[in-house]
Amino acid sequence: MNHRATMRRGYVRPMQGWWRRDPFFVKYMIREVTAVAVLVYAIILMVGVVRLSQGADAFNGWLAALKTPGSILLHLVLLVSMIVHAKSWFDIMPKTMPLLFVGGHRVEGSTITRAGYLVTIVATVLVLALVWGVRS
Amino acid sequence: MNPNLKRSRAPIFWLMFGGGGMLSALFGTALVFITGIAAPLGWPYGENLLSYERVLAFSQHWFGKGLLFVLIWLFAYHAMHRIYHSLHDLGIPTGFVAKLVCYGGAFLITVIAAWKLLAIGF
Repeated sequence: MNHRATMRRGYVRPMQGWWRRDPFFVKYMIREVTAVAVLVYAIILMVGVVRLSQGADAFNGWLAALKTPGSILLHLVLLVSMIVHAKSWFDIMPKTMPLLFVGGHRVEGSTITRAGYLVTIVATVLVLALVWGVRS
Repeated sequence: MNPNLKRSRAPIFWLMFGGGGMLSALFGTALVFITGIAAPLGWPYGENLLSYERVLAFSQHWFGKGLLFVLIWLFAYHAMHRIYHSLHDLGIPTGFVAKLVCYGGAFLITVIAAWKLLAIGF
């Protein structure tokens, strides 16, 4: 910030690191940063598709890259981020979706969140089981 | 109603954000585990889960092809939309350049995926 501008305007509250001041903001930032994991995973899948279109050798190169310790570590970070993303997605869902009424009563936010968790667990188990069914 | 009022394009982007957010919340964890951890380690699905022949066959089927496209497309737009809207919080100005990088990036990822998926054939 320009020093002279500070002199004229007097005290300007610095915004540097504002989100570290309150646990609520920290949570907000963690939630937003999970988007980076979703982006990285989208790019990994895209690269996989590109390598697949280039033939067996190219695709096997992509598979070999996935086997490196660095990739496994990255995917562990992505895995944790995805779990945080899923949890926070349903934590804020009562605030992001329209009010829901069942039988003339408003559905509680905590009910929506818990239903979201439950559906996520069911979907996860379902996908894992489905892949188990087609394993080689 | 004023006929000169332009309809906002914002709902389209929020819809893709919401779709991608829901999709990644429901399936992201399982997918990352399968493709990034289980398949490379060969556990618990065995060594051949993502072999070239299997993945090629999967991507040549309309369902597999569609699934891969929707995943990449919505994940990319969800992430870029969220990142774009967080830039201000980090003190980064959200002007034309930021928009170009974020939405242009998501567009690029989507187009490359679509193009290559089509190139793979049916």
